[in-house]
Amino acid sequence: MSKTYEYVPEPALVKGNHDFKSVTALVTDINLRPTPKLWYVAFGISNILLLILLVSIGYLVWEGIGIWGLNQPVGWGWAIVNFVWWVGIGHAGTLISAILFLFRQGWRTAINRFAEAMTIFAVMCAGIFPAIHVGRIWVIYWVFPLPNQMAMWPNFNSPLLWDVFAVSTYFTVSLLFWYVGLIPDLATVRDRIKSKVGKVLYGTFALGWRGSNRHWWNYEKSYMILAGLATPLVLSVHTIVSFDFAVSIIPGWHTTIFPPYFVAGAVFSGFAMVLTLMIICRKIYGLEDIMTVDHIEKMNIIILVTGSMVGFAYLMEFFIAWYSGVEYEKAIFILRAIGPYAWAYWIMIACNVLSPQFFWSKKLRRSVTFTFIISIVVNIGMWFERFVITVTSLSTDFLPSSWGYYSPTFWDVITYVGTFGLFFTHFLLFLRYLPMVAVAELKGVMPQADPHNYDEKGEFVEPKVEVPEPTKQSV
Amino acid sequence: MRNSTTKKSLYGVLAEFRNPKELIDAAKLVNQNGYRNYDTYSPFPIHGMDKAMSLQKSKLGWIVISHGLLGFTGAIAMIYWMMVVDYPLNISGKTLMNIPAWVPVIFELTILLSAFGAVFGMFFLNGLPKLNHPLFTSENFKKATDDGFFVCIEAEDPQFDSEKVQKLLSDAGASNIEEIYED
Repeated sequence: MSKTYEYVPEPALVKGNHDFKSVTALVTDINLRPTPKLWYVAFGISNILLLILLVSIGYLVWEGIGIWGLNQPVGWGWAIVNFVWWVGIGHAGTLISAILFLFRQGWRTAINRFAEAMTIFAVMCAGIFPAIHVGRIWVIYWVFPLPNQMAMWPNFNSPLLWDVFAVSTYFTVSLLFWYVGLIPDLATVRDRIKSKVGKVLYGTFALGWRGSNRHWWNYEKSYMILAGLATPLVLSVHTIVSFDFAVSIIPGWHTTIFPPYFVAGAVFSGFAMVLTLMIICRKIYGLEDIMTVDHIEKMNIIILVTGSMVGFAYLMEFFIAWYSGVEYEKAIFILRAIGPYAWAYWIMIACNVLSPQFFWSKKLRRSVTFTFIISIVVNIGMWFERFVITVTSLSTDFLPSSWGYYSPTFWDVITYVGTFGLFFTHFLLFLRYLPMVAVAELKGVMPQADPHNYDEKGEFVEPKVEVPEPTKQSV
Repeated sequence: MRNSTTKKSLYGVLAEFRNPKELIDAAKLVNQNGYRNYDTYSPFPIHGMDKAMSLQKSKLGWIVISHGLLGFTGAIAMIYWMMVVDYPLNISGKTLMNIPAWVPVIFELTILLSAFGAVFGMFFLNGLPKLNHPLFTSENFKKATDDGFFVCIEAEDPQFDSEKVQKLLSDAGASNIEEIYED
């Protein structure tokens, strides 16, 4: 029997009256049940969108990037906007799994598997855009330091090359992290599934995991080291993406605030995307006991914090532009607010700076419907942020005689829409075939998992949490 | 102590316990009785099990740092050779040894190789993948990934004696004690 003192009492991480067996059943039964009809409908729609993506990429390779709206002076348009947007969304997963793990935030276990899967698929969508943007996609391997017919090497002084390394490393490490977390849960499904094919497949990917504590010992060490490695990695990826802009000398891009500002924005949009997906899935799959309103509230607080950081960065950009005394810098920021793209700028401000401020209200941050709406609004806002950064600086740069207005074409739009097909095709396969909550980790944070919560006879005793009265302590 | 008359050789004795607390107590007991070739199985890592089983510190850290150093030095060597030795390129008059600009790639490759070390090193230390194992012959053992807590004392242990081991475990409050044979 133990007594714990908590100054801020933490709500139980798993609601309802669950033991280990019912938690296992709650999560892995989803994989064992027959496929729901709605899943086929959603999967069919996603496949159609995926087909649209493949067609638009095929036409792009056939015809060239002239099918997009790119021209002088705007050479980076929707493709780069979409790349930065998707890769930003891909930041939440590793942030939740790595940084919150190092900070010992037990609530992450309910959502980390889910968010990591989202990360991997979002980075896949992101990676497509720079790859097809190069034009001659059949020589894309030139971006890697591989021997080629020119006997040349890639330029290691170029931010675009850093990006290749950053995004591919991020994808690989996220995938490994995800897989390591999956191994014990794959073993759980292997031991519960009835079908022969399922047994072989889950058995193979579970690598023969049998829950040995000699294995857990190395496993936990490995997980912690991976978290320690992924933490600087996740911060570095969007930093390096921002270098694509910040290392150039275009007004509005050449600023030192970009790395932290991009990282805050990435976390902001990533959490919003996790919330969007999570609110749908917890409802459909009946996981309200695991992904509770407390989780939604905690994530909304992070959205409020990062949203305010992004808002602060917008103000700082204006201040520095004025303080620098550089005419072009001053002009570009004024043009963002009142120039040809002012509509995009004000959508961005409304969605990113104003909308999260509602979460100061406890009632609103615990409202599931309201959170769902804001989470979508935030991602619209973050798309516009990348649009404003990429397009305005190029369309109105140094020389007014070369200014030009950029508009996307039909192909720009459907390529972007198509990436949702890629994303949701993978995400639906994940929901159907893999345990969407880290069951082993979730059991580890239940009070029944702690040997201290048992009496001498080996019976479970609910831990008693006492909140010390501050007045008593301070006197 | 293997019985040569039986066709299948004995792998060990498996016993089930009710909860993490009983498993830890059992592990302590088995450890104190001088058994060395044994293991405990649980659906999640149990806090304090390393001490109860007197496990040595994991060697994984050394594997990771050696991989990390390999990534670090390998990245520097690769970039130096490509940018300075093999095909020097004059880019707007900058020095060939443009080390600050190499930092991102060096950093990424250090992390990448360390992560490989952390994952594949863990597989190596755990002897995974190992798709077949004598314990998988036990139907009851399937609970080990759900809500079962098990101890297995292996026949390889020098002081292993099936009856003594079974008595020790049943006195400790175990249920479902069974002998596991090699497949």
